[in-house]
Amino acid sequence: MRFDSPAEQNVSDRMKVLGQPLRRIDGPLKTTGMAPYAYERHGVAKDQLVGYPLGSAIAKGRIVSMDINEAQASPGVVGIVTTLEMERLPKVDWNVAYLFGGREIQHYHQAIAVVVANSFEEARAAAALIRVEYEEDQDATYDLAAVRQERLSDDVEPIDNIGDFESAYASAEVTLDATYTTPGQCHAQMEPHATIAQWDGDHLTLWTSNQMIEWSRQALATTFDLPAENFRLDSPYIGGGFGVKLFLRADAVMAALAARKVGRAVKLALPRPMSANNTTHRGLTIQRIRIGASQEGKITAIGHDNATNTLPGGDGENGARATRRFYAGENRLLINRALEIHLPESNAMRAPGETAGLMALEIAMDEMAEKLGMDPVEFRIINDTQVDPSHPERQFSERHFIECLQRGAEVFNWASRNKAPGSRREGAWLIGHGVAGAYRDAPAETSGARVSVRPDGSIRVETDMTDIGTGSYTIIAQTAAEMMGVSLEVVNVDLGDSRHPVSAGSGGQWGAASSTAGVYAACLALRKKIAERLAVDPEALEFSEGYVRYNDQQTALSELASAGSITAEDSIEFGDFRSEEYQLATFGAHFVEVAVHATTGEIRVRRMLAVCDAGRILNPMTARSQVIGAMTMGVGAALMESLAVDTRHGFFVNHDLAGYEVPVHADIPAQQVIFLEGEDPYSTPLKAKGVGELGICGVSAAVANAVYNATGARVRDYPITLDKFLDRLPEIA
Amino acid sequence: MRAFSYERAGSPQEAAAAAAAHEGAQFIAGGTNLLDLMKLEIETPSHLIDVNGLGLDTIEATAEGGLRIGALVRNTDLAADQRVRRDYGVLSRALVAGASGQLRNKATTGGNLLQRTRCPYFYDTNMSCNKREPGSGCAAQGGYSRQLAVIGGSEACIATHPSDMAIAMRVLDAVVETVNAEGDTRAIPLADFHLLPGDTPHIETVLAPDEFITAVVLPRPLGGQHFYHKVRDRASYAFALVSVAAVIQPDGSGRIALGGVAPKPWRNEAAEAAMPNGARAVISRLFEGATPTEDNEFKVTLAERTLAAVLAEARG
Repeated sequence: MRFDSPAEQNVSDRMKVLGQPLRRIDGPLKTTGMAPYAYERHGVAKDQLVGYPLGSAIAKGRIVSMDINEAQASPGVVGIVTTLEMERLPKVDWNVAYLFGGREIQHYHQAIAVVVANSFEEARAAAALIRVEYEEDQDATYDLAAVRQERLSDDVEPIDNIGDFESAYASAEVTLDATYTTPGQCHAQMEPHATIAQWDGDHLTLWTSNQMIEWSRQALATTFDLPAENFRLDSPYIGGGFGVKLFLRADAVMAALAARKVGRAVKLALPRPMSANNTTHRGLTIQRIRIGASQEGKITAIGHDNATNTLPGGDGENGARATRRFYAGENRLLINRALEIHLPESNAMRAPGETAGLMALEIAMDEMAEKLGMDPVEFRIINDTQVDPSHPERQFSERHFIECLQRGAEVFNWASRNKAPGSRREGAWLIGHGVAGAYRDAPAETSGARVSVRPDGSIRVETDMTDIGTGSYTIIAQTAAEMMGVSLEVVNVDLGDSRHPVSAGSGGQWGAASSTAGVYAACLALRKKIAERLAVDPEALEFSEGYVRYNDQQTALSELASAGSITAEDSIEFGDFRSEEYQLATFGAHFVEVAVHATTGEIRVRRMLAVCDAGRILNPMTARSQVIGAMTMGVGAALMESLAVDTRHGFFVNHDLAGYEVPVHADIPAQQVIFLEGEDPYSTPLKAKGVGELGICGVSAAVANAVYNATGARVRDYPITLDKFLDRLPEIA
Repeated sequence: MRAFSYERAGSPQEAAAAAAAHEGAQFIAGGTNLLDLMKLEIETPSHLIDVNGLGLDTIEATAEGGLRIGALVRNTDLAADQRVRRDYGVLSRALVAGASGQLRNKATTGGNLLQRTRCPYFYDTNMSCNKREPGSGCAAQGGYSRQLAVIGGSEACIATHPSDMAIAMRVLDAVVETVNAEGDTRAIPLADFHLLPGDTPHIETVLAPDEFITAVVLPRPLGGQHFYHKVRDRASYAFALVSVAAVIQPDGSGRIALGGVAPKPWRNEAAEAAMPNGARAVISRLFEGATPTEDNEFKVTLAERTLAAVLAEARG
């Protein structure tokens, strides 16, 4: 079905199952260890061998030679595939770096060989015996700040150049010109990339861990030069992705190559120390922000010049992205400089662009409010806009940013905060409060599903949609239960299999809204089929409690399907009105309280509140789980997460979970999440939007602003570690 | 991981004898550090001597009024011991500031002293490291060195010792007891146990290859207030940027040892004389001759401020 006008009243509005805070239907499987992840699927293919990868020891250059003799002779080794055996394998555009093949090295830990052996230990030991001779490029560059400095005068096509920014800024009554930096960030998902591969002739099955099944199927077709139909992917459980599993990656390619070579099933996982440099990361940014405003606090000019690292063909982390649409201001100059730096591939990580951009912009807004002598909540309210500032002819479908700020301020008791930075103390600790706004687009993508009523009266839903720990299983089951008038317990959901209808997949915060709309469409098709069978108008049917009711009659679903399952399939496509006439987005406000040790600079987050405006919330429990997870990630980005760059050797040095610190339980305090009541009929028939990425947007800046409020020390370089402000803390006795 | 042979030792002396008999042998107790390093082929022992069956897991009073801690006492048990908590609070606090509950359940007293550095270049076998491969160079010099040593390092190596427990034991003047293949025993003050890197950063302690740690002895309790203030980038499960172990007496005198700043627990008894003059006086003595990098020069200030926080807390 096409969604080409705003949703009206429909079956999903019943909200008997949808909208309820229901526990995840896959929860017990996860907590009892019964949900098999890719690497643990021992039963899916017989006689699995184990592959172990070797990563490049240099960042840029080429391989002169590889000696595999010793590895080949190592105990248990069945076969070795090296990158020199083949030309560079083709890739699709979603991938920036090439995944395998050829002599050229584009980045550190690029996959260059895979050893297949009878056991993991044998494969790993043999991989360490491969001798590689490299020729390193001497002209490689790994230092974003240096390259940016050299290329600041480059003529870059702005993302937005509206009005006359330079004059408006020059004549503004109050101005801010500040530069902020964010480091590379690692997805650090719990489950590493892992795949089991098995060929049957020229058909390949991959049991893998991937957010976007169809994208990867298409990528496999390109890489192996075979029709897409020859590939099956199955990815029912995914231990976190955050964008690092959006694309086909080296684990799948190596497992497939190895399985083809040895003629048996091969399983392979990327070892944790290879993950940071072999896969992708959120790019580094250097962001210069200029804001001009009137004395009354009206923004008249806003400039955001973002520089970020990418390998050839990518666009890095576009920090100016959210600035396009977040605040009013007639004169706008937004630039993204995607600079070629020979670090590993920068690519999507949770709210790509918005996360790093708002880390900077929302500090700038705080600084500006201070210059104006205004409450930062009030300053944001004054500069709210109900039209897209980048295309003022387009309205926001629903935008309740002001309500987020006001509700949050009230619940958090913002008014009682200390307004003079560095002046509230509790014992050894300085106390501070910070606020930041959150903005994230609400895209939707075509999404299909197949729904059946089975002879036992149960409902089965099949779609290649994935659940990356987000709750997809549950909200899809809720949608089907609502639409077919059954209880959640009788809905059976099968996800992540490329044999199922193509869905939107999990990414870009579009998964929940799109995939449930697809299930809605398929359920409508099934209802229609049932109506035809009963020879009644589908509008006259009522589905409830496992029955179809019509004209004072009722028939149990099990009876209808007694002769065999009734199945329907459909897909939802989103009309242009959704993007051309309206801007759809989600909004939020984050409030944070921190304590900073006045002597040592240690930071402890004490309280966090998020107020979210994201249309109808399909399941407040799973949605909350998404948001608190994202808030946690935002604390990490604010206070500790940073991929350390070695600018001599061109790699991320802290490439394991000991060196790349993410928050632990002790870092995270009580977290409160409020969802504004509401629905967005412009979004989907279910009037829902995503929250998984909204939750991280702005959080880090709220922490940063709270640290400033506590200490009076403004830090513009993330993460805010104590070494960056130690010298600005109170003198010691 | 390279293939290795394995045996279980029947007694401490047998363990030492087994080490003498096999070149490239290593003892394994909790394995919390060694196994990780073996998987990465940073450690490649040809033979493992499992010492877990040796007992050595009790904490006993000594005739001198101190405690003898068996080498195989687990970190969790040591931290929870009533006598340790009462009389050696600095040690209990240091232990629980380290690692995680799961790791502390496995990690042993002897093994903790022998942990290897967490320098990221030591951990990446593509990088040069004189500790891992003597003579190959030090990629950390001029590299990412935020966590690394500000004092006690050398051209060849600027790694830090990662232990928290050892910092507390240094402040307590603990003594390491060993036995060798011949059955000879010796007692090594912790101050002399770890070596500075100099030109031989791969040699980290004074232990002979066939020498096995049997116990760590704590002298009589010092009284006073005990502190272990560990500063790090997250609230738990991270190595120290700087840690301060301190025992402070009512008259303001006391002892200080620092972690996170040097290749060994960093203490200078002469610096402690400056304690009545405040943190800055003590730290400037402790860091005489320091050679921090641009990445880690903050540690000197941080050490001073952390000590100031401890002294303030001691004053109440």
